[in-house]
Amino acid sequence: MTAFMHHFAFEFKAGLRNATLLMMNYLFPLGFYVIIGLVMTQINPGFKQLLVPAMIVFVGMASALLGLPGPLVEQREAGIFRTFKINGVPALSILVIPALTTILHTLIASAIITATAAPFFGGAMPMHWGSFIGIALLTVFSFGALGALIGVVSANSRATVLWSQLIFLPSMLLGGLMMPLNLLPKSVLAVSALLPPARAMQALQGLAFGQETTLNPAVSVGVLAVTAVLAFGLAIYLFNWDRVNQVRRGHPLMALIVLLPGVIGIFLG
Amino acid sequence: MMHQPAVSVRDFRKHYGSFVAVDGISFEADRGEIFGLLGPNGAGKTTTLECLEGIRQPDGGDLDVLGVDPSRQPRKLRNLLGVQLQTSGLPGDMTVDEAMCFFCAYHSVAPRPDLLERLGLGQKLKTQYRQLSTGLQRRLALALAIAHRPPVVILDEPTAGLDVGSRTELHSLMEEIKDEGAAIILATHDMAEAEKMADRVAILLKGKVVATGTPRELTATGSGFTKVSVRTEGSCLAGDVTSLPAVHQRLFKEEYAIYYSTDPGPTVAAILDFLKARDDKLIDLRVERPTLEERFLEITDGGAR
Repeated sequence: MTAFMHHFAFEFKAGLRNATLLMMNYLFPLGFYVIIGLVMTQINPGFKQLLVPAMIVFVGMASALLGLPGPLVEQREAGIFRTFKINGVPALSILVIPALTTILHTLIASAIITATAAPFFGGAMPMHWGSFIGIALLTVFSFGALGALIGVVSANSRATVLWSQLIFLPSMLLGGLMMPLNLLPKSVLAVSALLPPARAMQALQGLAFGQETTLNPAVSVGVLAVTAVLAFGLAIYLFNWDRVNQVRRGHPLMALIVLLPGVIGIFLG
Repeated sequence: MMHQPAVSVRDFRKHYGSFVAVDGISFEADRGEIFGLLGPNGAGKTTTLECLEGIRQPDGGDLDVLGVDPSRQPRKLRNLLGVQLQTSGLPGDMTVDEAMCFFCAYHSVAPRPDLLERLGLGQKLKTQYRQLSTGLQRRLALALAIAHRPPVVILDEPTAGLDVGSRTELHSLMEEIKDEGAAIILATHDMAEAEKMADRVAILLKGKVVATGTPRELTATGSGFTKVSVRTEGSCLAGDVTSLPAVHQRLFKEEYAIYYSTDPGPTVAAILDFLKARDDKLIDLRVERPTLEERFLEITDGGAR
């Protein structure tokens, strides 16, 4: 087995073994899905149209934005990256492998949701399965990249929570997961358009479920794709081996460049 | 043929802002040698080791590990160097056998279950790192450091927190690694360990090498006194014996007459003559050289200042 495979296997198992990661990868998002499936579909039957895309986006946010950055910061602070460096583990593997295993966990949870939404809660199924799978993959990749970037630029564990919540909470409120974007005031819609989860929702709704959207779903796919590439690129560029070595290739605030596709997207629709 | 040391440090300098951590130190370590790096906290030991490991960039001087510059050729360095860090960081969820497979895979060598068995980790293969005791964590760190049979091994406080049995086992393993031809750089606060294990030592103080040599050479050059302890049947030395040569200080404690001598040969000879003259019978005679610890404290003015 190659070093990559050993590393991948370990990180994947850690996603199940570590209580916090297990919570973020499966227990919290799937528990939330069950509650939303039971309650929201009864209160508002129209929510059945949103159930699958909203819960897939939610799974991605929970595991990639809330779950992934924490261990990256903790490992850096505990000097684990130093041990890795001394033993020849490349920086790329340290970032990419946890992101990939998080993506895999997210896909497993997403598959569980997709398979159970219709029989248990009457959730709508995608009209275009190819687009659905492609956009779901793109969504979890871009969230994984954002999670890795947050883990790299956060000065400590508390800062990680702050950065993660800065995306997570507005996304829950303004991302179109709980209510359609067309119900939001126009001024607030500009903020929504900046949020990758809102873009993911619009892309899934428009291109996979054939639903009407407020933002252009094709532009949303573009924003997600460019965000994913930029976030991974910035994460690798700004990577720091440990807190003692202050030499970094760029200032952590460079990470804000990742908002650029969202800003351009506002003007494109 | 020109002598090629395994590790060579020449005029090495490192500063953090205006603080000079290491100020132009030089030393060499050969293959088949344990080289002790001693010094109080803040002396520059860890900075020196971190630059040799390629974790930090030096600000001046030359560092060389078997012909490889650690700061410029990190990839080449990886398989030449085995490092046990002072704080051995491994992911808490990683099991013992996973750690062995993981690091061996990155060094492109087969895992070494024999090493885990040898270090008492054979029954802990499925135990996660965070569930291991401090001693077992350090043993695992050592196993991982030497699993790829590196020709240069850096051990930073390897026996800190270990019980007596584990220390003895680890010392015997260090001897084996040395006998196989590896160079070991041993950074330690434990002077007894340095005196027992190191072939040569360098004492660092405020970023400079203030003494270097074998432990025996270092202890011989100090102003320390040799302790001569004598117990006799008739306790004839209990009285005020002032005629003994080279004795700096004397005291009587728990049936032992203890003399601190600048020249133990004449002192011991005079004691034996004194006993013979008094027809007293010798029960126990001990001559103890000044220890490396005493010499270290003398050199470093108490170790912490």
